[in-house]
Amino acid sequence: MAKIIEPTLFELSSPGRTGVTFPQSDVPPASLPENLLRGILPLPELAEVDVVRHYMRLSGFNYSVDAGFYPLGSCTMKYNPKINEDTARLPGFAATHPLQPIETVQGNLVMMYTLQEWLKEIAGFAAVSLQPAAGAHGELTGVLMMRAYHHSRGDAKRKKMLIPDSAHGTNPASSGMIGLDIVQIPSDARGNVDLASLRSACDDSVVGLMLTNPNTLGLFDEHVEEVIRIVHECGGLVYGDGANLNALLGIVRPGDLGIDLMHFNLHKTFSTPHGGGGPGSGPVGAAAHLVDFLPAPIVGIVEEGTSETPPLYGFIDPAHSIGRVKAFHGHVGMIVRAFTYIAMHGADGLRQIAEYAVLNANYLLARLRATFPVPYDRICMHEFVAEGRLAGTDIRALDIAKRLMDYDFHPPTNYFPLIVHEALMIEPTETENKATLDAFAEALIKIAAEARTEPQLLHEAPHKTPFGRMDDVKAARELVLCCWLPPQDGK
Amino acid sequence: MTYIPISPMERDAMLKTIGVKTIDELFKDVPAKHRFPELKLPAAVTEMEAAADMDDLALGNESLRDLVSFLGAGAYNHYIPAVVDHILRRGEFYTAYTPYQPEIAQGTLQAIFEYQSLITALTGMEVSNASHYDGATAVAEAVNLAYAQFRGKRNRVVISPAVHPQYRAVVRTYTQGMGIELAGDDARADLEAGPEALGALVDDNTALVIIQYPDFFGRIHDPAALIEQAHARGALVCVAANPTALALLKTPGELGADIVVGEGQPLGIPLSYGGPYLGFFATRRQYVHKMAGRLVGETEDNRGQRAYVLTLTAREQHIKRDRATSNICTNQGLMALASAVYLAVVGRSGLRQVAELCFHKAHYAAETLGKLPGFSLCFSAPFFHEFSLCCPKPVQEINRHLLEHGILGGYDLGQDYPALKDHMLLAVTEMNTKDDIDALAGVLAEVCHG
Amino acid sequence: MNIPANLKYSKSDEWYDPASGKIGLTDYAQSQLSDIVFVEVLVSAGDALETGKTLASVESVKAAAETYAPVKGKVVAVNEALSGTPEVLNSDPYGAGWMVQVAEADASGMLDAESYSHYCQEREH
Repeated sequence: MAKIIEPTLFELSSPGRTGVTFPQSDVPPASLPENLLRGILPLPELAEVDVVRHYMRLSGFNYSVDAGFYPLGSCTMKYNPKINEDTARLPGFAATHPLQPIETVQGNLVMMYTLQEWLKEIAGFAAVSLQPAAGAHGELTGVLMMRAYHHSRGDAKRKKMLIPDSAHGTNPASSGMIGLDIVQIPSDARGNVDLASLRSACDDSVVGLMLTNPNTLGLFDEHVEEVIRIVHECGGLVYGDGANLNALLGIVRPGDLGIDLMHFNLHKTFSTPHGGGGPGSGPVGAAAHLVDFLPAPIVGIVEEGTSETPPLYGFIDPAHSIGRVKAFHGHVGMIVRAFTYIAMHGADGLRQIAEYAVLNANYLLARLRATFPVPYDRICMHEFVAEGRLAGTDIRALDIAKRLMDYDFHPPTNYFPLIVHEALMIEPTETENKATLDAFAEALIKIAAEARTEPQLLHEAPHKTPFGRMDDVKAARELVLCCWLPPQDGK
Repeated sequence: MTYIPISPMERDAMLKTIGVKTIDELFKDVPAKHRFPELKLPAAVTEMEAAADMDDLALGNESLRDLVSFLGAGAYNHYIPAVVDHILRRGEFYTAYTPYQPEIAQGTLQAIFEYQSLITALTGMEVSNASHYDGATAVAEAVNLAYAQFRGKRNRVVISPAVHPQYRAVVRTYTQGMGIELAGDDARADLEAGPEALGALVDDNTALVIIQYPDFFGRIHDPAALIEQAHARGALVCVAANPTALALLKTPGELGADIVVGEGQPLGIPLSYGGPYLGFFATRRQYVHKMAGRLVGETEDNRGQRAYVLTLTAREQHIKRDRATSNICTNQGLMALASAVYLAVVGRSGLRQVAELCFHKAHYAAETLGKLPGFSLCFSAPFFHEFSLCCPKPVQEINRHLLEHGILGGYDLGQDYPALKDHMLLAVTEMNTKDDIDALAGVLAEVCHG
Repeated sequence: MNIPANLKYSKSDEWYDPASGKIGLTDYAQSQLSDIVFVEVLVSAGDALETGKTLASVESVKAAAETYAPVKGKVVAVNEALSGTPEVLNSDPYGAGWMVQVAEADASGMLDAESYSHYCQEREH
């Protein structure tokens, strides 16, 4: 039997305990439809203090941005300002119903309209929809829009989506989900999209290209305009995966480069918290020729104002909308946070974010390139990818990642992107100071030395964390995916 | 203001280590003619100013703190015990990411494992994933599961017209171009008919039948007969359920459903003008490999301690890429946590109490309002906490009048269903007192006379 | 590495037994995938098989792969027991781990054990 460190809610349950009681009914009882009623409701029975202590103990097992450095490449784990948490919880926002008459929620609608305007300005697009719930959801929205655009021109033969080999898995998955065929485009020796391969893949069956720029190697494509021109010349569209927009704020607007549409990740670039894996928020921006295909509805002015009255904000359905991608209007709680964040930064502040994100990444790269191989070694943007292997040792990226935990750092992303062996993908973000970056670099250099002197230390790491390495095979083979109340508690 | 903790001196030292003189030199790969655009954004404000500005914006809304609400239609006004938000505000939870490194993410992992367990307990199913974006996208993912289960060989999906109009819209969006034929998605269909009526639409090419329980109009139908009919044709059945109602009602699992999804917002999640919410998704064990989304499983660490990991990850997009069932990456982690804390603290008796309060109050309201001259109840089937009221005047007009009395009226069904012109869908929860309901009746009576 | 001499091999790591008509995943493939936790055979008895057609989908703890038909022929049987015991693909790839059985197969172009062994060694580097 495995040792139980923290019992589950069900194991903590004791019959008759309760955490919350509600007021007695003040209306005459109606008769319940007996034939439709369930038997026992097998939920746990706990007092409030039991619940609080349980979750406090669980919280102690987590590493978080609030606790330390979290250089998880491609995830932009920047500090999440506390004021955002307060503004999102203002009752005026948090206690409004999504179907209220628009006259009663002009505060929400003005805020959403303004954020649409700001995102348009920041990335150079003609319109923005705030509806998509996450980055992958924005991608799905984008690929549906691309296909709808071609179909609207009577061009139904386009079935191929071009995707660079360094792309996130969500790119091919989003395209595959709507039935498109994927053509993978290799990277060249400098980590750019390989132009010759791109040219030979481009023909009149291409829906478009899904481009992450800077890419997942953290590199800005040196021929980005050429890449976009080649795709446009064959009638294709270029989708921008906005995962790495943090590097570009105030530096360049994707729309100006010719990107046709793009999703934003409010949870990466604009500091809304990652929440242990969501909720994210993935608004989509579109150039003029794609505006009509955005998901419905978007926020617009439905009645112009006068000198005395402000305009009335409401919802507008784009003319050839792909439809709704979720219920209601998007992750408004996240939208409030991103709005607060952008308001506090302004144009100069946003540019500083990108500048310091890129400065920090290049500083770490400079400090580490003598210790770890860097396969595409040039000035990087907000992140870079090193190889987690050391000549003369059998140490792997996984061992290095696990050992970093003993030095109280969250490991970088490992084994991604797929085009780098034993990848360690490091994204420090702009919210880390020099001392933290130095300590992280020194830990990695020390680990490289340990790899030669005490490799076992790495193979068996982590040692100082509350839990050790996991048996993934047992989990997948036994597939215990839930627990229930223990048998002594009824049935 | 910014959150950058680097002094000018430190910056210069870092630039020196990198081997460049200025930060601008780091951006030489960016095409010069587009580099460093002037963004036309308002001047930055301090935190103090931002707090005041956001207060002003929030005050531009009339919230449910000020209004008495009878609006539901997929988002419900329930009491959220204080403890829920106190847990959500722990930085250890909300500033962590997806638990890719289980050694330092057991808090999130165990919380998701418990969430999965609570959802299976509530729905009567065998497995639950770590959640989807919302109820609507969870329904769409059920279509993906069924389509993958039959390897694309069955192309028909039958969906009840009494499924939330926005959920049906999302299914239409997700399935466009997939060659899937949607049957039953007709707002002009006979809305009196029970779920059995859908049985006629189920054929041997049907992959999935989707119903809502209680349905969009609040009605509780026993779907067992339909489920049997669908199974006889080899189709799967997805039930989109209200989680509060499941405290009282027979579980979809018991009734034979293959997939149970729903909107988890009633479980301790603020209305927040529509999101972020929580799509729960549960199914039978045999479909687990075709289910999208993150999944947490129990295991042991190398110290002999019980622990939890993300499991069956090879199903997912980062490994299977274009062959994955879905592109979903994250889940609604923090919202799943909110619902788990809610279910833990209200517990067995509390959730049942909430459900009963909703039931009794909604029935008191229906009885009171249905007797008002000019008003009547639209359907005769049993209902949970929502019902349709046939009104003597356009719903918008009535709602404007109610608003003047501080009451947020119900949903105008006429905007989705032509036959339900002048029908209002009203939701009543534990948050509504008898006085609220009587006040509503009073104003409605006035409207009728006026 | 176990590469039985009596079998034929494909470059996508399937084996074919000319004697029994059975097809499966090679020892090399299973060791690359490591712990296999899911297998779904995508063809049924009676199906006509074209070389290169997707035969099965396999998932391990860390990877996913597809198995392709190494021969043209007609499916006469599918190993129904496999879905409940995917781990036999690791423990007994040439025995209990067979996936489908074909008749009237055309195995032209497949590698013999020696060539396949060289092919595996090349990829080790």
